[in-house]
Amino acid sequence: MDKWEDNRAWWLVVPVFLIVAISAIIPLMTVVNYSVQDIFGPGQRVFVGTEWFKEVLTDRRLHEALGNQFLFSGLVLLIEIPLGVAIALAMPKQGWRASLCLVLLALPLLIPWNVIGTIWIIFTRPDIGLMGVAINGLGLEFDHTAAPLDAWVTVMLMEVWHWTPLVVLLAYAGLRAIPEAYFQAARIDGASAWATFRYIQLPKMRGVLTIAVLLRFMDSFLIYAEPFVLTGGGPGNATTFLSIHLVKMAVGQFDLGPAAAFSLIYFLIVLLFSWLFYQALQNVGTGDKR
Amino acid sequence: MTIRLEEVTRKMGAETHIFPTSMELKSGSLNVLLGHTLAGKTTLLRLLAGLDRPSSGKIFVDGVDVTGASVRQRNVAMVYQQFINYPSFTVFDNVASPLRRAGVSPQEIDQRVRSVAKSLHIDALLDRLPAELSGGQQQRVALARALVKEAGLLLLDEPLVNLDYKLREELRQELRAIFRRRESIVVYATTEPTEALLLGGHAFVVDEGRILQSGPSIEVFHAPASERVGKVFSDPPINLIGGRVTGRSAVLGDTISMDLPDHMTLLDEGAYRFGVRANFLNVRRQSDRDLEIEGCVELAEISGSETFIHLEHHGVSWVAQEEGVHSFGLGDTVSIFVDPDHVYAFDGSGRLAACPPYEARGGG
Repeated sequence: MDKWEDNRAWWLVVPVFLIVAISAIIPLMTVVNYSVQDIFGPGQRVFVGTEWFKEVLTDRRLHEALGNQFLFSGLVLLIEIPLGVAIALAMPKQGWRASLCLVLLALPLLIPWNVIGTIWIIFTRPDIGLMGVAINGLGLEFDHTAAPLDAWVTVMLMEVWHWTPLVVLLAYAGLRAIPEAYFQAARIDGASAWATFRYIQLPKMRGVLTIAVLLRFMDSFLIYAEPFVLTGGGPGNATTFLSIHLVKMAVGQFDLGPAAAFSLIYFLIVLLFSWLFYQALQNVGTGDKR
Repeated sequence: MTIRLEEVTRKMGAETHIFPTSMELKSGSLNVLLGHTLAGKTTLLRLLAGLDRPSSGKIFVDGVDVTGASVRQRNVAMVYQQFINYPSFTVFDNVASPLRRAGVSPQEIDQRVRSVAKSLHIDALLDRLPAELSGGQQQRVALARALVKEAGLLLLDEPLVNLDYKLREELRQELRAIFRRRESIVVYATTEPTEALLLGGHAFVVDEGRILQSGPSIEVFHAPASERVGKVFSDPPINLIGGRVTGRSAVLGDTISMDLPDHMTLLDEGAYRFGVRANFLNVRRQSDRDLEIEGCVELAEISGSETFIHLEHHGVSWVAQEEGVHSFGLGDTVSIFVDPDHVYAFDGSGRLAACPPYEARGGG
């Protein structure tokens, strides 16, 4: 090789390759390995092909968890994105009030996730919790440990309270980045407040909203700590989401094979939907007709 | 259409952005607001547009008081330094948007959009989105949107400043031709003296919230009424140096003496400030009468095909603009020369006392 000197540059890639291998490729391949074998103990394993995948795909409990998961993530996106944008629009544009709003909004994001679950357990307790007592005081029976609907309401409230601020911060940053001249131009054109929002602010927020939708979808689809602490997946399996189900399978029942197969499916679902959202958001609203 | 400002001011809190200002602009006129950044050009444009209300004073359109009328009730179009277009509309829809809002019939919209697009050379881009265009094309779309309205008042706030040099030259030429054909009042704000001269028309020199001088651009350029106008309307700013006139001669600084040129013969004896524009300072002697200024090179910048030489002469900095690319070492001793016929004299209060002769070519 007459260009031997140049090839030495490959050595510079080795550290990155090692890190990626250790952090991502090897664990992922281990999971793939588990998903096609039945493991009885150290050194005792049998190749089972696609059996675990078939078992997992026909598991009724898993379908239930998947349904819960899609309902949950769907509601999260439908509530948090519009709410976040609305709050960002209503926030002061500058001065100490803007700083104050940002600090207050960011507070929930700074609390550890399992602490959030604990806060809401106490907050919604029908005997001592502020919200639990208040609702029961109104004559409505409310107990998230007994009624599935109440459990869902509590989990949704907690999720919206915890994560809408992230959407607000992103949307607010997007709004502030729009040059003032756009709004002047809109006033000169005689555009209404709605038209200004629809044709200037919304399209200009496309980038940050794409990030917000992707982050909220992925995070909500992978949610574990908060509902685990708050409801433990119950009552029954009402708030058992995919992660909770997976942990039960892998740690509780030690079904490593099915859990590995399911992990791969879980990963592919997140990847697929993130890609779909990204594609949709890149193309939506280009070429508006007015 | 005529628009008239009468003793208009604009205050923001304790700050005064515009001191009492009066001006009258007529249909078909091209008016250039020339001033440094933060001089008050944009505030004046906003007042003219009706985006802001004056703190005091009145604004009349065709003799009717419109001081309190909002921008929607006025017939105004504006182009900005940033390229402002509706991001999700195609070029066609962008240009058509003011007409649709005005309820113009679809056939007429189509015809007017296409004719404006043609005049700005964006007719091939009508189906694209703004994000798919270059900066120059985006600004053309914004210009087309402003022009298609055929508003009585067209305001342009440094529209070419974000474009590269070549595009700026090209678009400026086209704009000049387009403005000539139009009936509307055009107000064009710029920081660049060259741009004011190239556009021609009527110049208003704005500085620190006041209009210092107004008149045909070329006349204002050749005869700046004060030192401040001279500074704003020269790039690089006019060189100024204190001096004295005694009898038939003058001393610039402490060392440069000259016989009074023809245009200064009527000056009284006393202290003056003398001004020389950078382009009249040469590194080569042009004639025996030239004054010689010997100094030490502080900086030599090459800009395009010109070289700006900054030199220090007895504690005073001079800037000379020299055609062509030259290299000078820092600290070199260099002489620059100026013909006394190109020297301005300003009196103690900064007013023009003696103006070099120039050929009047009329305001163009």
